[in-house]
Amino acid sequence: MAPKKPATATGPATTSASTLSSSASGQIDKIALNIVQHYQKTTPQRTKLIDTFMAFLVIVGGLQFAYCVLAGNYPFNAFLSGFSATVGQFVLTASLRIQTTEANKSEFPSVSPERFVPSVLFSGQLVQAIPKRILLTFVPSHRAFADYVVGSLILHFFCINFIN
Amino acid sequence: MAVAEGARLTPVELLVSLGRNPTTKTLLKIIILVLIATAAVASRLFSVIRFESIIHEFDPWFNFRATKYLVANGFYQFWDWFDDRTWHPLGRVTGGTLYPGLMVTSGVIYHLLRFLTVPVDIRNICVLLAPAFSGLTAYAAYLLTNEMTTSSSAGLLAAAFMGITPGYISRSVAGSYDNEAIAIFLLVFTFYLWIKALKLGSVLWGALCALFYGYMVASWGGYAFITCLVPLHAFVLVCMGRFSLRLYVAYTTWYALGTLASMQIPFVGFLPVRTSEHMPALGIFGFLQLVAFLEYVRSAVPSRQFQTFLYIGLGGIFGAGLLGLVGLTAGGYIAPWSGRFYSLWDTGYAKIHIPIIASVSEHQPTAWPAFFFDLNMLIWLFPAGVYMCFQKLEDEHVFIIVYALFGSYFAGVMVRLMLTLTPVVCVAAAIAASQLLDTYLQYKSPEVVDNKEEESTDGTSKKSSKQSTLRSASQPVVGIYTVLSKAFIAGAMTVFLLIFVQHCTWVTSNAYSSPSVVLASRMPDGSQHIIDDYREAYQWLRQNTKEDAKIMSWWDYGYQIGGMADRPTLVDNNTWNNTHIATVGKAMSSREEVAYPIMRQHEVDYVLVVFGGLLGYSGDDINKFLWMVRIAEGIWPDEVKERDFFTPRGEYKVDADASETMKNSLMYKMSYHNYASLFPPGQAQDRVRGARLPDQSPVLNSLEEAYTSENWIIRIYKVKDLDNVGRDHAAAASFERGHKKKKAIKKRGPRVLRVE
Repeated sequence: MAPKKPATATGPATTSASTLSSSASGQIDKIALNIVQHYQKTTPQRTKLIDTFMAFLVIVGGLQFAYCVLAGNYPFNAFLSGFSATVGQFVLTASLRIQTTEANKSEFPSVSPERFVPSVLFSGQLVQAIPKRILLTFVPSHRAFADYVVGSLILHFFCINFIN
Repeated sequence: MAVAEGARLTPVELLVSLGRNPTTKTLLKIIILVLIATAAVASRLFSVIRFESIIHEFDPWFNFRATKYLVANGFYQFWDWFDDRTWHPLGRVTGGTLYPGLMVTSGVIYHLLRFLTVPVDIRNICVLLAPAFSGLTAYAAYLLTNEMTTSSSAGLLAAAFMGITPGYISRSVAGSYDNEAIAIFLLVFTFYLWIKALKLGSVLWGALCALFYGYMVASWGGYAFITCLVPLHAFVLVCMGRFSLRLYVAYTTWYALGTLASMQIPFVGFLPVRTSEHMPALGIFGFLQLVAFLEYVRSAVPSRQFQTFLYIGLGGIFGAGLLGLVGLTAGGYIAPWSGRFYSLWDTGYAKIHIPIIASVSEHQPTAWPAFFFDLNMLIWLFPAGVYMCFQKLEDEHVFIIVYALFGSYFAGVMVRLMLTLTPVVCVAAAIAASQLLDTYLQYKSPEVVDNKEEESTDGTSKKSSKQSTLRSASQPVVGIYTVLSKAFIAGAMTVFLLIFVQHCTWVTSNAYSSPSVVLASRMPDGSQHIIDDYREAYQWLRQNTKEDAKIMSWWDYGYQIGGMADRPTLVDNNTWNNTHIATVGKAMSSREEVAYPIMRQHEVDYVLVVFGGLLGYSGDDINKFLWMVRIAEGIWPDEVKERDFFTPRGEYKVDADASETMKNSLMYKMSYHNYASLFPPGQAQDRVRGARLPDQSPVLNSLEEAYTSENWIIRIYKVKDLDNVGRDHAAAASFERGHKKKKAIKKRGPRVLRVE
């Protein structure tokens, strides 16, 4: 549950990866491997759940698009609203993920409630920081999640209205 | 003197102490905003006071008619409205080809007031809608400006500027019931919400922005301005290396929801995925996904690897995307840029390819004096304000800069797009003006030494922290110490502001408050004389013709005939069918023998022309005639030739020297029919074109004069039925006049047959 700092995860990877880099394809493999490792190390369980949903949306969107290309787009309304529902839900979920990710806290003062707490508390110097940090993983998602729900409601209202 | 000074100081100090109190400040702000809104509404009421509560000009008459239909028949009927009383015999799918925002807004207000048991006429709502929304626009400008600067006076100044600047008043006086009436409010408010969403990175604000964007799409075709400006802003931010996750959240939310919202409007429908105008927004949407992904990857892998990844991945995707776009455009899935859009880049384009767009006066390039006329002193405060934005340069200031550049260009291309420039001019000018006033209107002189030290320490500490909101941080602040310079600058500024107000009032009262349906002139003794020919003639049509009598006129008057006379028309201001308009143009510009079959085929009962020769009214049909010719020539280049309407020396003349084609054209004949009989022999004169006319009036055979209004502005002709003994009209008319059959007339006969 407790997220780890990205910096610590990438530290050892840098040295091991930059030594050998002869062929481009090999490098791509390495990069991909690095990303996967980084992802598995640093992503909290909850965020992984969100990611699964996003992957599902990508697959559904891809299927719809493939159908549109292969079988024609006859009910264009239906295709558009279905496709934009997946795309819209994807970006909304991505936004939720971004807002709830620990590293991005400073970017979003409004959606995380601890905007009045001075940043010293997070540096780990103070003892009081600990309960705050535990709090962080739960509370800020409330506002972000409410936003997410509102956005999704609007999105699906439009989609259903458009689907004919 | 000293006593007076002392007495004056205390209330000032009292005021200052009052102003420090945040509650009082808020109260004061609210009062000021309400006053500004009142001033904005009040300055738009000239036309109601001078004339009456009447709908203006051309397009508003259609909007008014549509609103009446909506109120009478309900929303769903309105949505599916097929109008068989316009574009006869084609009809128009009105419900699917209009922007319903305006009508629905007034419909909602109407039903709300009814619900509150306020009995109010729908016409008065329509007349007063634009002024009411101008008050809201002022408030939206206040909000937008407050996002730009910490100075609280800037927002109030922007609201005041927005409220009274003629550039916006030109489209929002009472009675000007056009889409722009609510669209400018929506434009400014959508921008405010966008800035807010961008600053906070909030899905909620992004969704609100999308909702208002959807409302804007429902209201005005100018929504494309937002569709292009917001992606451009996002793109510029990314290019400046200012990509942030807030930008990602705000933009993607806005785009995903906003596009869906815009597709709900039947008139827009699939356009957002089908036309090139909307492609930048889609492109930036995809681009931001990529950039966000790259940001994530960058945090995951070391920089060397990231570079390789960047080159391979991004290059591939960019190339594929570009190829895809080109392929889809070539394959016809995405429409290329529309003609109206090309005319924004090449001002000569419309004149050559689409005369119908070029013929509208508000699509002409803007003349330089118009900027000063419409914006007065704001136009020179505007660059200063943009400069201030450069000094601070947060994300939102980039928006103002991008908007300023974009808006200035388009305002220079088309007169009507001055309207989209006006908000940013007001905001930027308010930033500049408030900076001036804030510096020079300090009540107390800064304490010399102390203040400077404080400033310098303040400055250095801020510099180290880099992110600073205080404008004093980046450059040394020069305090103003002498009362003289303070008084001088403050006085000059006050004078400028007063002149601005005076200019705005003058322009509004003189240039923008004429309904153009009712004309006003001055009698020799200075009293006002109302010329009401339009309504007189339309009323005549309403009372003296059959319910379904088809009226042929140039398209400018289509909406008015539909709205005021309630008679079917052939063409109107919704210029959706160029060929149909060209047909009318051909009928107007051809000989009678050619025009008559056209009119028969379209079941025309009456023909209406506008003639200003007697009164010196320059906006008449003879002056627009060349456009009719050009539009007709675009479809029938063999039958109608513009050159034939000029004299051999290339002049456009209506007097005895006019070319034969001109003299024989239906329009010429209808305009000058019997005109010479008004004057003593040899004195007939056209006061618009300053031409002396021949004594012999043109002879009309297939039409007969039905009605001519008091000042001859509107002339209505009835199309004669076929002759009941089978003669052609020329022969019949000649017989009526007491002539015997002549060979010459006989010769002209077969020509009728040759035409169709």
